[in-house]
Amino acid sequence: MLLVYFARVREAIGVDGEDRVLPANVLTVADCLDWLADENANYAAAFANRDKLRFALDQQMVWEGTALEGAHELAIFPPVTGG
Amino acid sequence: MIRVEVTDAAFDGAAALAPLGSLGGGAVASFTGIARDDGGVTAIELEHYPAMTEASLSALVDDAVARWSLLGCVLIHRVGKVAVGEAIVLVGTAASHRAEALEACAFLIDRLKTEAPFWKKEHRADGTATWVEAKTSDEDRAAEWLAG
Repeated sequence: MLLVYFARVREAIGVDGEDRVLPANVLTVADCLDWLADENANYAAAFANRDKLRFALDQQMVWEGTALEGAHELAIFPPVTGG
Repeated sequence: MIRVEVTDAAFDGAAALAPLGSLGGGAVASFTGIARDDGGVTAIELEHYPAMTEASLSALVDDAVARWSLLGCVLIHRVGKVAVGEAIVLVGTAASHRAEALEACAFLIDRLKTEAPFWKKEHRADGTATWVEAKTSDEDRAAEWLAG
């Protein structure tokens, strides 16, 4: 799955995106955050405050509990501040 | 007449709004958001999610058109570096009467602020830069439209 990061999340992780093969037990957005946060400290820091994260699955806004199912792209970013 | 645009160049707001005035309606409303000098800010940098941005803005316009009888709508948003004093966003609506134009304009900017994938970073004269925090007051305003 393509993982893409924006703004503060992108800076904390150090890359703007990556193509990853998810383990079979990663079923939801929250599972994906847990899996990455266990992998290294950059992800753990980027995802430390879950209230300050928003998600889009194939460019549609979703919640932490949303199933990843057959989606191609998961975006992880802070609350938006445009306008 | 619908125009949705994401651009990295400064735009002429008056020229963008002009077509809304010749659609046969009696009302044009607009909102312009301008990069302001908040404590030494020299520029605002706007990051966005290119694969999602235009679709997200178009979805908001579709919602507004479904809710009010609009004759036209213009939505332009800058990305990249915006100097203080330049416009970041322009929302324009045309309708037969003022209530529809004004309400649809407020709806579009309120929801854009909490749903469209843009992130602002403020650059200061001393070389520092900080991400702008989302405001809960913005989320409350957007939620009012969704509840109503």
